[in-house]
Amino acid sequence: MNLYGVRAIYKFEMARMWRTLMQSVASPVISTSLYFVVFGSAIGSRMGNIDGIDYGAFIIPGLVMLSLLMQSISNASFGIYMPKFSGTIYEVLSAPVSYVEVVLGYVGAAATKSVILGIIILLTARMFVDYTILHPIWMFSFLVLTAVTFSLFGFIIGIWADGFEKLQIVPLMIVTPLVFLGGTFYSIDMLPEVWQTITLFNPVVYLISGFRWAFYGVSDIHVGISVGMTMAFLAACLTAIWYIFKTGYRLRS
Amino acid sequence: MQPDISVKHLNKTYAGGFQALKDINLEIRRGEIFALLGPNGAGKTTLISIICGIVNKTSGEVKAAGHDIVSEYREARASIGLVPQELNTDSFETVWDTVSFSRGLFGKPPKPEHIEKVLRDLSLWDKRNNRIMSLSGGMKRRVMIAKALSHEPRILFLDEPTAGVDVELRRDMWEMVRGLRANGVTIILTTHYIEEAEEMADRIGVIRQGQIILVEDKDQLMAKLGKKELRLLLQQPLEAIPGELVLEPIELSEDGYELIYTFDSQQQQAGVARLLRQLGDLGIEYRDLQTRESSLEEIFVGLVHE
Repeated sequence: MNLYGVRAIYKFEMARMWRTLMQSVASPVISTSLYFVVFGSAIGSRMGNIDGIDYGAFIIPGLVMLSLLMQSISNASFGIYMPKFSGTIYEVLSAPVSYVEVVLGYVGAAATKSVILGIIILLTARMFVDYTILHPIWMFSFLVLTAVTFSLFGFIIGIWADGFEKLQIVPLMIVTPLVFLGGTFYSIDMLPEVWQTITLFNPVVYLISGFRWAFYGVSDIHVGISVGMTMAFLAACLTAIWYIFKTGYRLRS
Repeated sequence: MQPDISVKHLNKTYAGGFQALKDINLEIRRGEIFALLGPNGAGKTTLISIICGIVNKTSGEVKAAGHDIVSEYREARASIGLVPQELNTDSFETVWDTVSFSRGLFGKPPKPEHIEKVLRDLSLWDKRNNRIMSLSGGMKRRVMIAKALSHEPRILFLDEPTAGVDVELRRDMWEMVRGLRANGVTIILTTHYIEEAEEMADRIGVIRQGQIILVEDKDQLMAKLGKKELRLLLQQPLEAIPGELVLEPIELSEDGYELIYTFDSQQQQAGVARLLRQLGDLGIEYRDLQTRESSLEEIFVGLVHE
């Protein structure tokens, strides 16, 4: 295995985060903090409990998940799209690195950045809202699993995209609505029965539900199903990436 | 001796149906400078890209440093350094970081003393902490070369390395290439500057419409296909070429003061001696004579337009 190659890609991508600290870290932390202030402290104090959890604390797992998904996709898609755009991808393609090593480098760095960001957001939330973490190991595992899965998804988007517009389409037009409709701000039990059924087709519901269970021990869906669905999405992303590298789709002509 | 690059029956057809390479067979020897010449779109970059792993081949076999580029891609690619045609660089990285990145990517452990040597050799040492975006085009070209040399490759591909660089830098690069060859590096060069190939190459390959039409030792090529020209400046102008000389490959200048005789390099001087005797017999006097050999450029133009 070319570990030096993996390390080179990983270090290069992490260096980009430190270079763009305002955009990579400060910006998502500030925007998520605004949610905590508005929905947690201001409006939340006037709302009742959900499943016995204070509303401000209830929305924390969903908001952390929102940032985690958006940043994982954005970091990984940008990471692989930029070398394609600038032409420096020639170096990666001509290097003695396997597909697995390329993915480890790019996706590993993107997931690391997202996990760091998720932890910073959680710490920031503490300044506005009181919350507990009942299962910290599960919480961290969900954080890492989601970051890796959606970084893989972002990697696929980065390879598929042939312009900056396409890089933005999926996170803004698909992921954001799915997160907002996936139980970030409410329990799906609060929806009419028909909408509860429809909501189950939203994969983000399983992520938020499982993540919330790690915090408070309550969830809309059994935690085992949440883990299973996340693993299924991970497997789908890995299959897509295997196909991309096998065929050279948008990488090798 | 095993060739450093071996290409057998290589074909490449792109998805749109365009056949870029047709049954290419080529061997490049260890430690030589091989110049691959051809007009735009002839297939030079496609051939290089396949050998380096950037483009997939359709069929055929390619080996680099004795390793198959598909089944033993790690060994094959680790032996190759590539300087591509375009200036593809990371704008925000420093020179040191980007060159170190390339070394790591190619599976080599950090070796700061080697990176330092490469940067010094390419006059980049003073710029090592500069961001690439702040460098001139010529400096960026040097950075591309430094990246390609960072992992100490035994084969170096230079795809149009001196395109758009000034004369001084071009001369510097020629010196550097000669230095690399002296250290045993095999160099494959594509260039539009035929003068460059003439100056540096040991062997020349010409590719046209996806086919290798010629591979020849440069000196032999010049001797075989090169032409020589003898110009005789006459004392008195002629109105026409004398009848005794019309069968010779000879031309008369418009003002009648110059006779131009063209002959093969291999013919040596036999034809010249005969011509001069004939002129003496005809009483045609000349005040000066000049000879010149055709350049590789003229040979190349003749080949690709055949």
